[in-house]
Amino acid sequence: MTDPRRSLAKSEISFTVNGELRKVRAYPMERLLDVLRHQLELTGAKEGCGEGECGSCSVLMNGALVNSCLVPVLQAAATSIVTIEGLSSGEQLHDLQKAFLEWGGAQCGICTPGMILAACHLLNGKPNPTLEEIREGLSGNLCRCTGYSQILEAVQEAARRRKRA
Amino acid sequence: MNTEHIVGKSVPRKEGRDKVTGRSQYVDDMVLPNMLFGATVRSQIARGHIRKITFDPDVAWDEFVIVSAKDIPGKNCIALIGDDQPCLATDVVNHPEEPILLLAHPDRHVLATAVQAVSIEHGALPGIFSIEESERRSEIIWGKDNVFKTYVIEKGDPDSVWAKADYIVEGEYSTGAQEQLYIENNGMIATFDAAQGITVWGSLQCPYYIHKALMALCNLPAEKVRVVQMETGGAFGGKEEYPSMIAAHAALLAIKAGRPVKIIYDRLEDMAATTKRHPSRTRHRTAVSRDGKILGGEIDFTIDGGAYLTLSPVVLSRGAIHAGGPYYWPSVRIRAKAVATNAPPHGAFRGFGAPQSLFAMERHMDRIAQTVGLSPVEIRRRNFLQPGETTTTEQVIREPINLGELLDRALLVSEYHSKKRRFASENPVGTNRKGVGIAAFLHGAGFTGSGERYLSSVVGVEGCPDGKVRVLVSSTEFGQGTKTVLSQIAAEALGLPYESVSIAQPDTREVPNSGPTVASRTVMVVGKLVQSAALGIAQTLILSRLLHEGYSADEFRTACQQHVAKHGQFRCWSRYEAPSGIFWDDEQYRGEAYAAFAWAVYIAEVTVDLTTYSVSVDDFVALQEVGKVLHPTLARGQIIGGVAQGIGFSLYEKVIWQNGRMQNGQMTNYIMPTSSDLPPIRVFFEELGNVHGAYGAKGIGELPMDGPAPAIVNAVEDALGVPFDSVPLLPEDIMDRLNMDGLNKDGLAASLEQHNASSAAEADD
Repeated sequence: MTDPRRSLAKSEISFTVNGELRKVRAYPMERLLDVLRHQLELTGAKEGCGEGECGSCSVLMNGALVNSCLVPVLQAAATSIVTIEGLSSGEQLHDLQKAFLEWGGAQCGICTPGMILAACHLLNGKPNPTLEEIREGLSGNLCRCTGYSQILEAVQEAARRRKRA
Repeated sequence: MNTEHIVGKSVPRKEGRDKVTGRSQYVDDMVLPNMLFGATVRSQIARGHIRKITFDPDVAWDEFVIVSAKDIPGKNCIALIGDDQPCLATDVVNHPEEPILLLAHPDRHVLATAVQAVSIEHGALPGIFSIEESERRSEIIWGKDNVFKTYVIEKGDPDSVWAKADYIVEGEYSTGAQEQLYIENNGMIATFDAAQGITVWGSLQCPYYIHKALMALCNLPAEKVRVVQMETGGAFGGKEEYPSMIAAHAALLAIKAGRPVKIIYDRLEDMAATTKRHPSRTRHRTAVSRDGKILGGEIDFTIDGGAYLTLSPVVLSRGAIHAGGPYYWPSVRIRAKAVATNAPPHGAFRGFGAPQSLFAMERHMDRIAQTVGLSPVEIRRRNFLQPGETTTTEQVIREPINLGELLDRALLVSEYHSKKRRFASENPVGTNRKGVGIAAFLHGAGFTGSGERYLSSVVGVEGCPDGKVRVLVSSTEFGQGTKTVLSQIAAEALGLPYESVSIAQPDTREVPNSGPTVASRTVMVVGKLVQSAALGIAQTLILSRLLHEGYSADEFRTACQQHVAKHGQFRCWSRYEAPSGIFWDDEQYRGEAYAAFAWAVYIAEVTVDLTTYSVSVDDFVALQEVGKVLHPTLARGQIIGGVAQGIGFSLYEKVIWQNGRMQNGQMTNYIMPTSSDLPPIRVFFEELGNVHGAYGAKGIGELPMDGPAPAIVNAVEDALGVPFDSVPLLPEDIMDRLNMDGLNKDGLAASLEQHNASSAAEADD
């Protein structure tokens, strides 16, 4: 009854999460998603499919958008990870969180953490994306509730506000 | 009192901050001390006997809690409408993935392998896998005749219409199963102790359905069963009935283990084992006059219910009542039937039978137009229901709906006529063909017929010790905005700021049974009760002289605090009462089927690529009359989201079945639309109001699911001149059909020309 994720012995792995250095003892092939959720109690990343299709487990790893269900925790060693919990500071919402809230970008909320991180990644690379670029940039994150329009509008609005600021 | 209106404004979602910050607690985010994880051992065959169960000796089974049907304290069924569905199969199985045994273990990682280490020896029996096989009755798999339920709706004299007909138009239409595909898979946590009884927390729509099921299963009184809804990551009907099964399993394991047990399905299990939209087949035979008026007809509507009764009778009822569309039928006979097959039971999914029968009706209208030589616009205009006329169940249309005007506005905003002209000239050349299609439809809000009377929902509003107000309902939030809109209604009724109203998390120990969160009933039916319970709070304060008419928010707060200080807990209740003059005959299936209908005209523009045979939707207009829109952002979000699911239903989402088992239960091979697949979905509202709903609201949740499939398939016919009568319509279906008809590009151009010639010039419209 061996789980392939546990084929290698546990070891100590450290990485930065939301600006804080964290050390975990984990099986090297364990999914980053499980380590974040179960060991670090960062449950904002969600499991929707477990095979990298839905994007609800998205986190930023060294600035890249990754599906944390596909990343063995070993691969996260010495990286810097940002989860949804790292976006807001205290009660102050991140501009994308604010825009999602105002424009109806979140309905059931299960895809929202991943979607906001995907939008964050998109705007980091393209501060003034076209609508087509937003559609393309978020196409790895599935949402069953919204039909995406209000998500796209929220991202457009956040980009506009950044430009004005 | 606050004179500024709160209904009609897009106030912030009550639980919005938690959702955008990732703080919302979904069931898999919850951890209890000492918790075990549970898993389900399921049947590998569609139908047969369970001969023997063996456990692989290499597994340390003493570490596991193992539950079989023998451990059930009460009745081995999931109590709903009928009691035919077992919680755990004992001697026979009737569909693949039927639960047989339950396992629990402290380490979730060892469970998957343990499930594989249990082998079930089956004695297989032949199965039934389609509506047609079920009707042939080569095997009787349910009751005496494989039929769960039938209805006949009869109006006028349908047998006399054929002699008067100038045209008799026939068609057969079908729709496939569709997976709800909420992004959060199903899950439950259960605890048990002798004093408290059972508590379950989970992802769910209907707390009191689960409450009822657990009472019967565990043989416990109402007060010993507690159901709490966690934040729920999408449902769409998919968490209406099946969560009772998972709650039952978690509860049985928790009782035996004496420890909390969490069951979380992975995507594959959720797709393979839980409910989907009922596949359907609809046959139309319609008598039509020379000038395109429907004289009458027969509609046979049949759905595949899967292996157990579950909600099929109710899905069938809604489908049958919507089968005639928004048209006037002087005479009609609708025969509706739900049949059994050896697939997992099909169940609730947004629209609940109506998307199936309305797909048929709206495809058939285009076929009638083609036969008579009228345009799709004109054929609809000539047959629309008018105020004062009656529906197929002889419900008089009392509201001043003008469907012709709705259609005109949809044609205008979609630029339908100019597109028609442009495509007619451009289509003959190149490898792309473009078309536009219309769907006109209606959707009844609330439970059908006497349903709301039987439900007899109760709502509470509480004046709290801090002077604020709290809404008490079992109505659940799963994306639609239930908490927000019901709070708006209470705030509006009391003239208080929206921020002064909160809403309790649905917990059967805390909230009354306001009915299930289904059937587009929450805002209209429950909202109206919230309004009246809230008014009860204000009246009580005024009658007890703690408050005067025209009070300010501060005065209300003080009065409320004083009332609680003096009398203790301060709650007002409101129970549903059927409006007077509403009549429904359950025997004849006749009368006022719904307190209100929402009305809509949707127009789709498509491109069919003749190289890849793929269809893209380029523009989508969704125009609807939904009574008063209480929250514009949420309402628009409901419509766009529903249209997106409808586009998936039409063009993407195909369940591949083999012997009753879903073969493509992953997001890699069951494809839903992404952000780059969808067109701009343009939403327009008409607001006529509704005397039966809170502040004039009607239900809107399900409506947008009904229109996309027929509008899109009508547009594909418009593009190609070739009719298609099934959804999902995939590129391979189009390719096969065109190849079968021997239609290359030149042939298609000719077919299109013929098609256009036989439907009258659009300039007439």
